Amino acid sequence: MSTHDQHQATIASPRPDGQAVADPVVLHGVGRRFGDQQVLRDLTIQVRSGETLVVIGESGCGKSVTLKLMMSLMWPTAGEVHWAGRSVSDLNTAERDRHRLRFGYVFQNSALFDSFDVYENVAFGLRESSNRARPGGHGERDEPDELDEQGIRAVVLDRLEEVGLPVEVCTKNPSELSGGMRKRVALARALALEPSVMLYDEPTTGLDPMMTGVINRLIREVPERRPVTSVVVTHDLSTVRAVADRVVMLEPVSRLGEGEPQVIFSGSVAEALASSDPRVAAFLQGGSDSLEREAG
Amino acid sequence: MATIPVLRSPATPIHCLGGLVLSVVESVGDFSLFSLGVLHQLVLGRPRRRVMLETMYTVGVGSIPMVVVTGVFIGMVLAVQGYASFHHLGMETRIGSVINASLVKELGPVLAATMLAGRVGSSMAAELGTMRVTEQIDAIRALGANPVRQLVVPRFLACFLLIPVLTIVADTVGIIGGWVFSTQALGVNSHFYWVHSRSFVTAFDVTTGLIKSVFFGGAIALVSCYHGFHCQAGAKGVGRAATVSFVASFVAILVLDFFLGLLLDTSYRMAYPAPTSLL
Repeated sequence: MSTHDQHQATIASPRPDGQAVADPVVLHGVGRRFGDQQVLRDLTIQVRSGETLVVIGESGCGKSVTLKLMMSLMWPTAGEVHWAGRSVSDLNTAERDRHRLRFGYVFQNSALFDSFDVYENVAFGLRESSNRARPGGHGERDEPDELDEQGIRAVVLDRLEEVGLPVEVCTKNPSELSGGMRKRVALARALALEPSVMLYDEPTTGLDPMMTGVINRLIREVPERRPVTSVVVTHDLSTVRAVADRVVMLEPVSRLGEGEPQVIFSGSVAEALASSDPRVAAFLQGGSDSLEREAG
Repeated sequence: MATIPVLRSPATPIHCLGGLVLSVVESVGDFSLFSLGVLHQLVLGRPRRRVMLETMYTVGVGSIPMVVVTGVFIGMVLAVQGYASFHHLGMETRIGSVINASLVKELGPVLAATMLAGRVGSSMAAELGTMRVTEQIDAIRALGANPVRQLVVPRFLACFLLIPVLTIVADTVGIIGGWVFSTQALGVNSHFYWVHSRSFVTAFDVTTGLIKSVFFGGAIALVSCYHGFHCQAGAKGVGRAATVSFVASFVAILVLDFFLGLLLDTSYRMAYPAPTSLL
């Protein structure tokens, strides 16, 4: 197999009918450095269409950076990111912006706009998308259809209902919401544009066990209502158990030996729980070993 | 965040100088690209009316009280300082010419710009910095919008369009403050105060001040938004962005003031050898 063929093989997965389908997101040999700090090194991850992939690993191993690279909110310092078989670096700015609309991103701290109320937060992407579609707008010709205010309102209320929030929250500011409500508004905002790939950055961090359960259920329900591929970055084991089709574990670059891949595990939840790799076992069992290793 | 220590040879003065030069070149390049991005987005479309009006209210209406208070006092301070010297020469009625010329050419625009940099520029840097560290800027991009168009363009337009108005306010209240103090407290004759002012303050002086102010407004918005967009993480990073944006804006105001003054004066002398009177 030539290098080109091997490369193509990493950006397409076989379907049961034998046809190869381009994976929605592939990181191929990706590295990322911040000044002197190497956070990611030669990282290769394939996200298969329709799956819920959970990325786990210790704090600081580059999970959130991986998610931002997937959506091209950040550029890799090495390697390539592919969206549906096309290298992101081959896309021009307009194509990249348009492709990016296929992603929904739930940020770690929700990242709701302080100066807008809940309604405007959820409507933001729809308005922007509408402006781009409008004649004389700043978008491309094949942007999504222009929505009038009534259409926007219908979508906003529908998404808020989907995440279990009442209409009354529409007029509230983000500062008036609890952590769980903010997460749900962030999820509603990400879903408003009907993305085909959902990215969740630590969706249950800082939430109580009950609200963690609610968010896990919502993450599980999203692909049941629409064809969505999900990538969840977390270190919450309840989230791993509740939502994962496949688990990938990253190891901090500082602990890797020469030439050792950063992905130290890739498989199902059951395989992860039964893994004989002491690093995976230590992480999944709550990590006293991991603390000892860090001290060592 | 995981780190790999990078081995370095000991830094010599040459290394330090090289590092400094590289850092300056990188910052200038970054700022130039940022400014070009803002101009590009300005050409592509207008910001939302509601956002634009809110920003203009904050920048313009919100700055008027500060500009009025400082303008009045600057006018009166000029009267106090100028009176002693002119009184010795028996020319105290000419004090109006100095006060008014200083205000419309230099102090009015610089004062309005300084107030804008302190009150609005720092606040812009802190607001955008907070948005950056709380990932709101990333969220804008994730939702298919351009953060520069959403956040910087309205602020740039508001500063650019409203600073001439603030300058006119500063000029006017400064002139009134200087006149009231000179005539009511120092006993200068009001008629001759204005007669001498008329012969010194020209239409060109007023225009120069307003042209300069437009550049000041643009510079304040660009510098403040740039520092907000490149804010480091945490409360310390946001605080630093606000402080650095004010200092950098103030330096930019003074540097621009010098070069624009030089350029405009030279151009005027070449085009119109004899000054025309406005007042």
